[in-house]
Amino acid sequence: MTFYLLQALNGLAYGMLLFLLAAGLSLIFGLMEVVNLAHGGFYMLGAYLALSAVRWTGSFWIAAIAVPLVLGAVGFLLEWEFLRPLYRRTHLDQILLTFGFAFVFSDLARWWWGADVQSLAPPPGLDRSIPLLGTFFPSYRLFVIALGAAMAGGLWLGLGRTRLGAMVRAGVANREMAQALGIDIGLVFTGVFAFGAALAGLAGVIAAPIQGVFPGVDFETLIVTLIVVVVGGLGTLPGSFWGSLLIGEVDTFGKTLVPQMALVVTYLVMAAVLIVRPTGLFGGRPR
Amino acid sequence: MTASLLQVSGLVARRGSVEVLHGIDLEARPGEILAIIGPNGAGKSTLLGAIAGVYPARAGRITLAGRPITGLPAEAVVRLGISLVPERRQVWSGLTVREHLLLGGYHRYWRHRSEVRADVALPQGIFPRLLDLDRRLGGSLSGGEQQMLAIGRGLMARPRILLLDEPSLGLGPLIVREIVHALDRLRRAEGLTVILVEQNVKAAMATADRVAVMERGRIVLRGTPAELLAHPGIKAAYLGKGYEIAG
Ligand SMILES: Nc1ncnc2c1ncn2[C@@H]1O[C@H](COP(=O)(O)OP(=O)(O)OP(=O)(O)O)[C@@H](O)[C@H]1O
Ligand SMILES: [Mg+2]
Repeated sequence: MTFYLLQALNGLAYGMLLFLLAAGLSLIFGLMEVVNLAHGGFYMLGAYLALSAVRWTGSFWIAAIAVPLVLGAVGFLLEWEFLRPLYRRTHLDQILLTFGFAFVFSDLARWWWGADVQSLAPPPGLDRSIPLLGTFFPSYRLFVIALGAAMAGGLWLGLGRTRLGAMVRAGVANREMAQALGIDIGLVFTGVFAFGAALAGLAGVIAAPIQGVFPGVDFETLIVTLIVVVVGGLGTLPGSFWGSLLIGEVDTFGKTLVPQMALVVTYLVMAAVLIVRPTGLFGGRPR
Repeated sequence: MTASLLQVSGLVARRGSVEVLHGIDLEARPGEILAIIGPNGAGKSTLLGAIAGVYPARAGRITLAGRPITGLPAEAVVRLGISLVPERRQVWSGLTVREHLLLGGYHRYWRHRSEVRADVALPQGIFPRLLDLDRRLGGSLSGGEQQMLAIGRGLMARPRILLLDEPSLGLGPLIVREIVHALDRLRRAEGLTVILVEQNVKAAMATADRVAVMERGRIVLRGTPAELLAHPGIKAAYLGKGYEIAG
């Protein structure tokens, strides 16, 4: 029993990481119908940059704050300089562009950080296991769960209770109408894109002590995140949240119970959800 | 004759790859209600959308108080004082009534922060129901309430010209009358100019100062309601037999 509870906690921690990724990807898609295939690249760069930043500054916490800021700026530039000029073209052109950036990020990382699996020590204070349920559980994972829950709450409030949040929700539901009201949806999108990149980068920093970082982790992560977004429903924050927790648990239990089949189990869950609800758990009208 | 506030000349616009407006000339004077009537597919909504900057103009010219606005995007046009209340209301099902109103004014928010908060009182004064519905979600409102909300949201931009696309669609006569009265009051109090697209020709004729008849992307007839009612073709095509001028 305890074993399953601990696995459930592991799944929860993984789910929270997925949420940081899915929230951005889903909102970006909801707003502009652009699937950002470089999203996994931001995650990977977040992890690698965290390694370098910790080596450089000696502090995990500085890395956890600075790296997402840097990647948010990179996301801003990518959107402003490269995606924006493609607005008048098809969505496919924009998606292909993000795919190109995914490869650029991937090659850059391999060139700078090498091909070995690397990992990061949890920050002092969170590097121990604490007694839980009659056994021990890594305190860092509890921290990840708490951080994810806090970010989810913050995003929920930010989206639900603020001016900018109302603009984003209005744009996701009906972009033309939002524009007709005088809302500069292009600017809102730039902001969401940059914020999504920063969140993905934060996920990378936070994941580094648990999962390490290695070439290919970007595309692996992108695929799981896409599954989460499809399962949860495009463009909805609650969908990203519950979809992340579901896939986090399914993946974790899949890996412990049927290790050879873990990914298959995840795909089966996705298929099952889509059969029952083609627009995802929280998805509204089909687009 | 008063100088025109909005001047449209030779406007050509497409929907997809089809040319829908083939050279529209139109003017709206300050404080008037100009009705545009015509059969389905004539291009009435496209005309309003093109004025609002939602659909780009392929040719022609639009000026607002002498200033060219052709080719400006919708978010720029609304800042200059033209507000669109689109067909089928386009209310957000997941946003509250108050959020709709605030969104309607947010493009003025940076410079007029406190004003925008206070401006909510304007649509609420015109449609007091909006005050009772403040916290309700757009999706939970009746058709009439949604229409009031859509108009209220459009008014939050503090427009000089309100473009209203079929506000009476699917609504009962009582609500239509309430909306018509509200427009009339706004015109008197604020000098608001309204361009009103209507299928309900009776309501349009009763409200408007001038009427333009559109068919297949062209304006084929224009005049005061009285002039149009005297026109033999109009009566037959739009009003049916036995129609008398109301009141
Ligand atoms: N997205 C589109 N792509 C191609 N053609 C379109 C599109 N939307 C509308 N049209 C066509 O443009 C023409 C004008 O449409 P519009 O909606 O402006 O007419 P309308 O006068 O407002 O009609 P209604 O009274 O039915 O609202 C119609 O022939 C319509 O079929
Ligand atoms: Mg129409």
